[in-house]
Parts: sequence; structure tokens; C-alpha cells
Amino acid sequence: MNLHLWLIPLLPFAGFLINGILGNRLPKALVTTVALLAPLAAFAVVLNAAQGFFGIGPALSSLPYMEICPQAWINAGALHIDFSFVLDQLSLVMLLVVTGVGFLIHVYSVGYMGDDEGYARYFSFLNLFLFFMSVLVLAGNALLMFVGWEGVGLASYLLIGFYFQKKSAADAGKKAFIVNRIGDFGFLIGIFLLVANFGTLSFSEIATKLGQDPGWNGGVVTVIALSLLLGATGKSAQLPLYIWLPDAMEGPTPVSALIHAATMVTAGVYMIARTHVLFDHSPFALGVVAIVGAATALFAATIALVQNDIKRVLAYSTISQLGYMFLGCGLAAYSAAIFHLMTHAFFKALLFLAAGSVIHAIGGEQDLRKMGGLRKKLPVTFALTTVGVFAIAGLPPFAGFFSKDAILYAAFAQGGGGRVLWFVGIVTALLTSFYMFRLWYLTFMGESRSHDAHPHESPWSILGPLVTLALLSIGGGWIGIERFGAFLAPSVGARAVEATGWQFDRTISLEHFLGLVAVLVALEGWLIADTFYRRKPARPAQWAAAMPAGYKLLANKYFVDEFYGATVVKPLLSISKYFLEWVVDIGILGGLAWLLGGIATLAGTILQRWQSGNIRSYAAWLAAGAAAVLLFVVIQWPALLTATLGIHLNGLGR
Amino acid sequence: MNQLFSQLPQEVPLSWYLLLSAALFSLGVVGFLIKRNLITVFMSIELMLNAVNLSFVTFAHQWHAVKGQIFVFFVMMVAAAEAAVGLAIIIAVFRARVTLAVDRIDLMKL
Repeated sequence: MNLHLWLIPLLPFAGFLINGILGNRLPKALVTTVALLAPLAAFAVVLNAAQGFFGIGPALSSLPYMEICPQAWINAGALHIDFSFVLDQLSLVMLLVVTGVGFLIHVYSVGYMGDDEGYARYFSFLNLFLFFMSVLVLAGNALLMFVGWEGVGLASYLLIGFYFQKKSAADAGKKAFIVNRIGDFGFLIGIFLLVANFGTLSFSEIATKLGQDPGWNGGVVTVIALSLLLGATGKSAQLPLYIWLPDAMEGPTPVSALIHAATMVTAGVYMIARTHVLFDHSPFALGVVAIVGAATALFAATIALVQNDIKRVLAYSTISQLGYMFLGCGLAAYSAAIFHLMTHAFFKALLFLAAGSVIHAIGGEQDLRKMGGLRKKLPVTFALTTVGVFAIAGLPPFAGFFSKDAILYAAFAQGGGGRVLWFVGIVTALLTSFYMFRLWYLTFMGESRSHDAHPHESPWSILGPLVTLALLSIGGGWIGIERFGAFLAPSVGARAVEATGWQFDRTISLEHFLGLVAVLVALEGWLIADTFYRRKPARPAQWAAAMPAGYKLLANKYFVDEFYGATVVKPLLSISKYFLEWVVDIGILGGLAWLLGGIATLAGTILQRWQSGNIRSYAAWLAAGAAAVLLFVVIQWPALLTATLGIHLNGLGR
Repeated sequence: MNQLFSQLPQEVPLSWYLLLSAALFSLGVVGFLIKRNLITVFMSIELMLNAVNLSFVTFAHQWHAVKGQIFVFFVMMVAAAEAAVGLAIIIAVFRARVTLAVDRIDLMKL
């Protein structure tokens, strides 16, 4: 069976063009239709393609399925780059998440953004995002992936700054874009090194070359992998480049759900899984990935403990969960990481959209301290949020438990340093459970602290997608890591763990024991949150008062923004202003321009005396000039020089 | 009388033509430079053009090449066009300034 993969990106692109160019003139119903049809049709194409993978429909002509544009993209010497799309198990899972969750969030947005003036603009950007994201996922070589990578960054920038009249939103968009540039720099360096060392950017060719020569180990492969990791930390908001993601919450809530929780920020994880052969050949780079992931998971979770903005709590939890995925990648347990990516997309999109429903219901309020008691007013949203909270806290049988457990098990089974990573992961799980139940209690339990006495439940266009996501958040994990891993094996390698020399003895009892520990830890987090925010509501303030330094550190997010501001932003601004602007621009370049202008003006004032306006004087000069030229031609210069000055111009004379 | 002719060259030599041409050209240049009346200046220009024409024809004859003669036609054609335009300008200038003294027509000066 032949597929038409190019349809998957181009359908949303068509939606972008139609709504972007004509959106303001079309009736709203038509805008909605176009905006929803584009991702739905793309999802249908993906589903159609998926049949071949599950043996339901006709078999694909090849697996992985390649689609290469017959016209070469770049031909430069030995370097040859195609427009190539690859559909394998990995990109299929990603595409199902991107187009599926993407479609649900489009539906949600119809209700959520219905009153907004920029309705058509919003949907054109959202479709643009889907276009670039599917290019990123389908790309068969690193350069095409980079195109999608940059494109989703652009869409993210446009949507964070969607309310561009608000300065904080415009600033947040710029921050996200600039911080991502740093990561993109790493990605680019990685691409250059790939070209220099492998002479190709195609993922399959790189894998082939690596497989042929066992000499590829460490060294340059490590450098390439670490460069790619830098790119991934930018896009996936890991230490040290996570700072843009919390600010990205300035965008509309569905955007936070789709781009800054479910899909775009997972691009880094996807990229590592896609280029996993490189990482597999460099244990050092893998170790760095694991440590970055574990550190980020713990770091972000501690910040989330004391945040009061409902969306910021979720943003930090996203960073923390992405840290888990990186940890999984770093353990070479790529299928576990992708598994968590998928379940996280479900429950985090659910949590964000439910938070959006809460915010929508109480008139735009995002401060947890001004919520409370909403479970009676918003029963459906309450039930859906509960599903999301249970899923992210890691309580069975919700999806988050299975995927998080798979990663933690991989860490523990590795032994040695892996046990430390497992411990960090477990502590993070405790913190995760605590701050999510804190959010749950503060939002829905207790008495109302809101000024708006009449919150209203959201319409079904908002709740419908939520219900679907809730079902996925419950059942999404039941696939189980064994089946999921076996399905992904052709893409990311089944025995990647052994390939790097790590023992991975799968003892059922050990796995059950670790799962039990994780559940107990999650319950413990719930218990603490219950104590803090239901039974003894005075205790958080007491604790904060008891540890003022620690509380201040967390509430101010470890002063990282301030640190970057003082060490990077301010020096850069100073250099730009005092050196680049004043010295280089005004001093050197401006001075040069003034000097040239001055010379021209001076020469003009002198030479204008010649322009007497008297035609005969012009003619006299002309005649004199002609006479001079004639004289120059006629005179035998070498002979003259020899005769008068005694100079001999050998070989120059006529 | 016959003796006198027999001493002369059989054919007028090249240099004579060229000297005549140079003399005419120099006359044109000098006239252009020293004459004040615009019409005289204009005639000087015509003189220079025709001096050049003469050397063209001379060389054409000398080298048995027709190019020089063709060029002369071009020059004459341009000169005719120039005469038409130039005289029209002179008349226009005279109508505006009631003078043809070159020194007084100096509006091009800053």
C-alpha cells in the first residue's frame, strides 16, 4: 500500500494559508470548519497509515516507509540531501499524539477562544504549528528535522505572544525564541559535525555507517551527541535552558496544553530517540542525558511546590516530567521515554485544558489562592482534573503510573549510578504527588476564596475533548511497557540497554516491588498535601515562616532568572549598548560615514570654483587636457628620461 | 611653368592633407575659445567637425578602406542634426536674453 505522507503536513499548512490570508474576511463558521478539518484530515491520514503497522489494513510497501521527493533538495559536492519523510513506529506514535491531541485541542479552542478578536489568527498559527511539528516528526534527515524544529519555535513564539498588546506576553515570546536559539546553536553544530564526519544527514545512513564500523565510539560521536543534547535541552526545557517554559504560560491556555506540554516540548526527547544510534555509541553522552534529566526533574519539582499560579505549577511539572523522559533516554530505555511522552501528552494536556476550564469559569483568575471550593460549582471539570492529578501522581491504574514506573525500573535495573538516579526519580515522584494534590486541594476543596460568586461550568465544546483525554489518561498506560517496547523496537532498538553493556535483568518480583514503592510514595505525597491543605491549613504558612530562606529560594525559583539576568543578559545588553552601539556603530561606522562625507564636501567646495559657468573656460580646459594627452602619447618618455635625468627604464620603453 | 609642376610630387602627399586638417581643427579650437558671439562659436564647432572629416577621407583614400568615408557620412548627419538643434537653442537664448555674448550666458554657474 502506498501512502501519501506529504498530506500530513500540507493539510494543516493549507489551513494556515486559508485562515491566515482570508480568515478575517470569512464568516466565523467557515474559519472554524477549516481550522478543525485540517488536523482532523491529517489525523485520518495518520490513522490510515497506522493500519499497516498493526496488520489491520493492507500492508505497507516497505517498513520503515520512506517517501522521498524526486527532486534533490541540496546537492553540494559529495553532500546530498533530499526532502525525505520517514514513517516508522517511532514517528507513527509521535504523529498519532501530535495530530490526535492536536485535533482535540483545536476542538477545545473553538469554545475557549470563541470570543477572541484574533480567532482566525489563532487558528492559523495553531495549524502552522501542526504543519511544522509533523515535518519535524516525519523528517528523514537532520536538516529537514531542523526546518521543522525552527518552525515549531516560530509557531511557539507567535502563540506565546498571541496577546501581543500585553508587554509580558510579548516579552515571554521573545524570551522563548532567544533561549531556544542557544539550543538551536547546539543542534546546528551537531548537524555540521555529522556532515563533516559522516558525509550524510540521513538518519538511516548514519545508522548504517555507525553499524558498519565498530571504531565509532566516544570521541567525535560524544561531541555530536552532546551538541544534539544542547539542542534538545533548549526545545524540551531542560537544565540549563528551561527558563523560557514557565514564562510561555502567557499564551492562551490551549496553546500551553498543545505546544508547551503535549507536543513541541517533547521534540527534544523525540530527537534523541531518533538519533539514538549516536547516543548508543557514546556511554558518556548517555550519562549526561540521564543526569540532566534527573536533575531537571528534581529541580523543577521543588520549584513547583510553592508556585501560586495554576498554570505555572503545571509548567514546572511539565519541565519535571520532561526530565523523566530525558532520564529514560539517558538510560537507553528509549521506548520507556516515548511511552512516558505519550501518556504525559494525554494527562498533561488534560490538566492544562482542565485548568483552562477553571480559569474560563472564574473569569480569568489564575491564582490558586483565590480559588477553592470549586468542586460543587464545576463538577465535571473537578472529576476530569482528578483523573489528570491521579495520572501524573503515578497512581495505578492511571496512565502515568505505568510509564513513570518503566523509567524508574530502567534506572534501578542499571545498578550503580542508576540507583542514585532511581532515588532522585522517586523523590521527584513524591514531590510531584504533593504539588499536584496541593493544586487539587487549593482549586477544588475547602471554601471559596474567589470574588466571583457565580462560577459556571464550561460548555461541552470545552468538556468534550477533556473527556476524551481523560479516557486516554486512564487507559493509555494499559498497553504496558512490554508491548509498547516491542512495538517500538524496530525504531529504537529493543536491546539498546544490553548494547551499551548494561545489565537489564528483568525480574518480575523486583519490578512489582519497585512499582509498589512508587505507589506508596505517591500516596505519601497525597497524604502530606492532605495534611497541609485540608486538615491543618495553617501549616504551610508555619513552615514557610520556619524556613524563610528555603521558602524564599523556592518561591523565587532559585533566582535563576536573576542569575541569568546578571551574568548573561545584563553584560550582553551593556556590551550591545556601550561597545556595539556607542563605539562600533556611532564611533567607528558613524565616524567613517562622517569622514567620507566630510572629504566629499571639502573636495566639492574646492572643485566647485572650476565650475565657473563660462563655457569657454570649460572648452579651454578640455583643449588643454587633450593637448596634455597628446603630448603624453607623442613624447618618447624613456628617451627623455635617459637624456634629462640619466634614468634607464630597461624593457619599459617602446 | 612645366618645370615647376614637374618638381611637384605626382600626387598630393598624405601629410599635406593631415596638416590642412590639423590647421583647420586648430582654427576651430581657437575660434571656439576666443570668439564671443555664439553663432561664431557654433561655426567653429562645424569647422572642427569638418577638419576631422577631412582626415577621415584622407585615411580612407590612403588605406583604400571605405569605412572612413562611411564615418564621414555619419559625422555629417550628426552635424546636420546638431545644427538644427543648436540654431534652435541659439534663437531661444537670444529671445530670452536679447544677447548672444557667450560671457553673459553663464547661468550654469553656482
